[in-house]
This record gives sequence, structure tokens and C-alpha cells, in this order.
Amino acid sequence: MTIPASVLVVGASVGGLAVVEALRREGYTGALTLLGAERHPPYDRPPLSKKVLSGAWEPDRTRLRQDAALAQLAATMILGEQAVHLDVLGRAVTTASGRRLTAEAIVIATGLEPRRLPGQEPWAGVHVLRTLDDAVALRADLLAGSQVVVVGDGVLGAEAAATARGMGRAVTLVGPQSTLLASQLGPQIGGYLAELHQRQGVQLRLGVAVEALVGDGERVRGVRLADGELLPAEVVVVAIGSRPATDWLTDSGLRLADGVVCDSRCRAAEGIYAVGDVARWHHEGLGTALRLENRSNAVEQGAAVAANIVGKDRPYAPVPFFWTDQYEVKIQVHGWAPADAQVAIVEGSPEAGQFAALYGSGGKVVGVLGWNMVKQTRSLRQHVVERTDWSLVKSLRAS
Amino acid sequence: MRVIVDLEKCCGAGQCVLLAPKVFDQRDDGIVILLDEHPPEALHKAVREAACVCPGAAIKLEEQA
Repeated sequence: MTIPASVLVVGASVGGLAVVEALRREGYTGALTLLGAERHPPYDRPPLSKKVLSGAWEPDRTRLRQDAALAQLAATMILGEQAVHLDVLGRAVTTASGRRLTAEAIVIATGLEPRRLPGQEPWAGVHVLRTLDDAVALRADLLAGSQVVVVGDGVLGAEAAATARGMGRAVTLVGPQSTLLASQLGPQIGGYLAELHQRQGVQLRLGVAVEALVGDGERVRGVRLADGELLPAEVVVVAIGSRPATDWLTDSGLRLADGVVCDSRCRAAEGIYAVGDVARWHHEGLGTALRLENRSNAVEQGAAVAANIVGKDRPYAPVPFFWTDQYEVKIQVHGWAPADAQVAIVEGSPEAGQFAALYGSGGKVVGVLGWNMVKQTRSLRQHVVERTDWSLVKSLRAS
Repeated sequence: MRVIVDLEKCCGAGQCVLLAPKVFDQRDDGIVILLDEHPPEALHKAVREAACVCPGAAIKLEEQA
């Protein structure tokens, strides 16, 4: 294949930036354009629900690169302009202001949009948390209000609850699952996390659906649950997951199925690639299509996309990694932690507040989780890479 | 090349240690330990990749230094 003379990256968050940086690292000298819907230069999202929300960091600290480093990339940055249409055959993107950008290769890196509750009113006090502006607005409300309800029992909801609790707010967390992060970590470890939140004073309402937000027409006043309970609230954080930001692609002809469907090279069509939260690609190691919503994937996939753009023909088949910080606990997961997997704690113990656990599925180790046990977790990752036989787990100890 | 690490941004993923174990290590709490502030040229490619994939954006490089 010939190397494209120009590349347009649509989405200026971590995945988009990673593609641009990796292209230059590969020695790519063609024209690069980075188009972002937000007005901010590329920034990091994981700190939003933690350091930025708590006020430990000024918002500007989330910037991924300073101006000098961005200038070195010799890329044209267009910020505050949303892509609204992709012409696949013409390799062109139209923006909301009517600008038409063309390039020989286009990378879709538009990420996610937060889900909202059905009929969610635009009342004051109701927040989603995806962007830097969202985090700043939520922080302002958390400073002013004392009663907080978090709707959502996933990573973001749990982190927002922990941060709000750390600010001294009265926090109730509501979610439909049996325990916190049940689908991400399984019921056992999710149960430990729920206990941690309860010890910290968070009220949990799990296994129950939200019926509606209650408000006075201007401000939210509470959250009504399906079992009839009314939780009073001055601030409501809606963290019920996200969906891939692909509305602008519905008339593009690209295959969309909970994300932009790509081959094992992260290619959606000739000259069109996708990266990060928005991409559903074929993982050759697993033999299945996969979409990951995490920071590490965006960067690693960005490097894979860049390699494929310059003709290296490299399948993308990572061992996923994600982490979450809640209170004084750092949880890290390498690989997969399916909810129905077997779990074996091989280092430390939950009572000691430090442990590492292996996850087994299909007779093999598929994941490792560390709870305040960083170095051992990193060592145990090798068992995920090698797919160690589950029958050997009893004799395992981190080296 | 000069390597600069921001301990406050470090999230303890250990990706840098996996990529360049002669340049990076981790404390018991996972925070990065910089073993070699001026790594030899043979390691530059690995260090650049480590800086790029760092999930906390905690590794900065001064290429001229």
C-alpha cells in the first residue's frame, strides 16, 4: 500500500492525540490535522472524576501536552468544531460550521457521549461527567450543595461518589446491579468495593432502578426509585454509562454496531480508521469483536492505527488495562475480569486492605486484579499474557 | 535525552516498567522510580513509547538534553 500524503484525525482527546504523536514517532512527514469538538486543547479524562472534581488539581493540570510539545507535532489543530458528516469515498469531513476537510486517510476518534435518564430534565443540579467543563460545573454544585445522589454503579459513579464523600457531602449511590462494579469486576470484588463505600459513609441503594428525577421546574430536588423511596438531593450525578459518539456517521455508510466496526487493523473502510472508545475492532487473540472504554486502550490503539497508516499491517491485540482510584484504594486490572469468572486471591487479603486476585475463565487465567498491590499485580500480568492453566493457580505467587 | 517524571500524575500502572525496565521501576505503592535520568541511545525508542503510553501522562522527555 502507499502511505497517505495527509491524515485527518477527528477527535482531539487522548486517542486522537496518540495517533498524531505515534505517526510522527514513526517518521511520518505528511500533513496532519487534528479536529476537536471541544474548545480545550487535548486533556486527560481520568482525573476529572477525582483530582479535578475534588479541587486537588486546577483544571489546566489535565492538559496532556503543553503548547511547545503540541507545536513540535507540526499538526494543524482545529478546536471547537464538531464533525457532522463523513464522506467515506471522498475522504472528507464536514464540520458544524460548514467547513469541509479532506485527507487521504481519516481517523475517527470521537469517543463517547454520556447516557442520560429517559426524560431527564435539564434542571439545575443535574449533571453528567464526561468533559472538563462537566467536571468544573459539577464541582461548583458540589461546593454549594450538601446532599448528593449518584445514579450509576459503574466506575464513574463509584469514583464520583468517593470524591463527593471526600468533600464531606452526604452521598447516596443508586444502581441496578447487585453490587458496585459487578459487571466490571464480578460480584466478589465488587462486594468488597461496596463495603469500602459503606465504611466511608456512602448510602447504597443497589438492585433498584430509578423511576424519575424530582424537581421544581428549575432545580432538581430528589430522585424517586422504582420501589417508591424518594431520595432528597441538591446535586444529582447521572453516571449510567456512555454510548459511542457515532451520530455524525449514521449516513456515512460505515458499519455501526455499538461503535465503528473495524477489522483487526482498526480499519473501518479503505483509508478510514477508528481509535479509542468509539472503535469496535476484531481482536485476533480473542477471535472476537471488542470495544474498550479506557485510557490505556486509546493510547495503545492510537499507536497501532499510526503503524497501520504507514503500512506496517499490524493487528491490534492488546492485554487491556484499567484502573480506578477510590478513597485510598487503587484497583488495577490487567486483562479481563468477567462477572462469571472464577476468582482466586493469590497475594494478601481483603481484610488487610491489600490483595491481588486472578480471574479464570475457560480453564485459563484471563485477568489479574490488584487492590493496593501494584507491583505484584504487574508481575502477575504475565499469567494473563501466557494464559496460564487455571489448575496451576493454587501454586501461584507473584515473583 | 533527559527523562522527567511527575510523581503526582503517576497512576502506578507500571506500563513504563514493562517497556523500559532499565529506566523505570516502581515503589511498593506503585509510584514510578526513575532509574536513569539520561538513558543511553539504545533505550530511547522504548522510553519514548513509555512516555507516550503512560496512562497518567506523567513522563516528560527533553530530547535535546
